[in-house]
Amino acid sequence: MTEAVIIGTGLHPFGRFPGKPAMDMGADAVRMALADAGVNWPQIQAGYVGSFEVANPDAIVGRLGLTGVPLRGVFNGCATAGTAVAMAARAIETGEHDLTIAIGMDKHPRGAFAADPSVAGIPSWYGQTGLFLTTHFFGMKINRYMHEHGISHETLARVAAKNFGNAAGNEKAWRRTPLTVGEILASPVLNYPLRQFMYCGPDEGAAAVVMCRADQAHKYTTSTPIRVRATALRSRRFGAFEVQSPSVPVGEPVPSPTVDASRAAYEQAGIGPEDVDIAQLQDTDAGSEIIHMAENGLCKDGEQERLIAEGATEIGGRLPVNTDGGLLGNGEPIGASGLRQIHEIVLQLRGTAGTRQVPGTPRVGYTHLYGAPGVSAVTILST
Amino acid sequence: MMKQKPVADGLFTWPPTTQPRLIGTECTACGLVSFPTESHCVRCGSPEAKERLLADSGTLWTFTTQGFRPPSPPYDGSDTAATFEPYSVGYIELPGEVLVEARLTEPDPEKLSIGQRMRLTLVPYTVDVDGTEVLTFAFTPADEPNEPNEPNEPGESDQPDEPEEQS
Ligand SMILES: [Zn+2]
Repeated sequence: MTEAVIIGTGLHPFGRFPGKPAMDMGADAVRMALADAGVNWPQIQAGYVGSFEVANPDAIVGRLGLTGVPLRGVFNGCATAGTAVAMAARAIETGEHDLTIAIGMDKHPRGAFAADPSVAGIPSWYGQTGLFLTTHFFGMKINRYMHEHGISHETLARVAAKNFGNAAGNEKAWRRTPLTVGEILASPVLNYPLRQFMYCGPDEGAAAVVMCRADQAHKYTTSTPIRVRATALRSRRFGAFEVQSPSVPVGEPVPSPTVDASRAAYEQAGIGPEDVDIAQLQDTDAGSEIIHMAENGLCKDGEQERLIAEGATEIGGRLPVNTDGGLLGNGEPIGASGLRQIHEIVLQLRGTAGTRQVPGTPRVGYTHLYGAPGVSAVTILST
Repeated sequence: MMKQKPVADGLFTWPPTTQPRLIGTECTACGLVSFPTESHCVRCGSPEAKERLLADSGTLWTFTTQGFRPPSPPYDGSDTAATFEPYSVGYIELPGEVLVEARLTEPDPEKLSIGQRMRLTLVPYTVDVDGTEVLTFAFTPADEPNEPNEPNEPGESDQPDEPEEQS
């Protein structure tokens, strides 16, 4: 099978951009990715574009050039961008196309997501009585995890402080004011044990990634091609504890879809967690980053308490996590979020991440997404 | 005398007798217990299920708090952002049956603990335009399991969350 490599990435800043439509942000990100790859839009043979808010994301061709290119809309909740990347890579791996693009863009209003529970297949009373909030799941999952594995409130705050600190060094991040552990622990509790400064917020942004056949990369660019070693997507299995569940089966716990996607990705890549040099994990909240370290095989349950205290996940640590600030620092425009993660890994593997470049030469990068109603996407990249 | 009604039919026993019960289903093919009632089994796919009243007490599996008024809609509490009272939610393990997500009557996380015994109750969470109180199910901390059971007299003053009358 032919291998897909990433030859260009583009990232529109994440944040709030009054008056600028999501599609314009997406078009900007595409132009940046094309320039980075040394490719013109008419050369693109297929595209996969994801968005939560844009009704017809494939309409972006109107801003890029009406070349007749097959452009497919994809949506998989918070795993949308992981899905777009997987499809763009698969089209090359199977020989269908030689040059493809994955695009993500979104523009969410302020505040928590509000929706009719029926669109999620959930009865009305669940929303009417104040149970239909995704943030409840994150509070409840980390509360039980802390109880079982001895994670402290201070460790939650350390994760948030790290990510806001990393975002401060990222000119494209949204939340660029560093916060101390003390400031984070003093912010109001929203969903116990999670506090205001431990949650990410919905915002706006776009990103794109250009891929080609590994044996053709030299035709377009001189920068190091980044190999797509694995892309895996899994939905929840019966018995898993997932977001927006009015009930959970008793006595039949099974791992989250993250564990399933992660194992599949390592197997595809032919490498193990011990080979990962740098990771981007879904940090919807500080607790999620802690849990996802273990669910992605990067440590054992409970080891996070010591690893985080030692600074292992900071830039310069043994396993830097969310070096660009993660979701906490960047917010979550749903369709673009996973492509933002990949953009950061590409910069780091190329050695061009500037002031937040991790020391040494990272060779293997890992990205992970998790979202409703229980879906996870993992991508493993390497030089 | 305030009229009362359940937030949805078929969710819990109504009108309430001495102690409310949640209404679930039990798959006649594989025995899986579901809540709320399901028309097909998510484990074996069978469309054959019978109604089952769930246990009225269990243990707290995990919990969190809700510190701000949820987006409305879908939330339809009659409170406002200014009058909103924080509440807690959790999963209660009904042994051998199912883990149920519910509101908890105790809003203070320091007074809740994983593994604690909880008992089902009904709480008014909003008032309709015509003045009817709308009730939903919730779990309240139960007596310590080693203490002798106190008689469960209707209208007892230390049980303010019990519905005081039926519609
Ligand atoms: Zn069944």
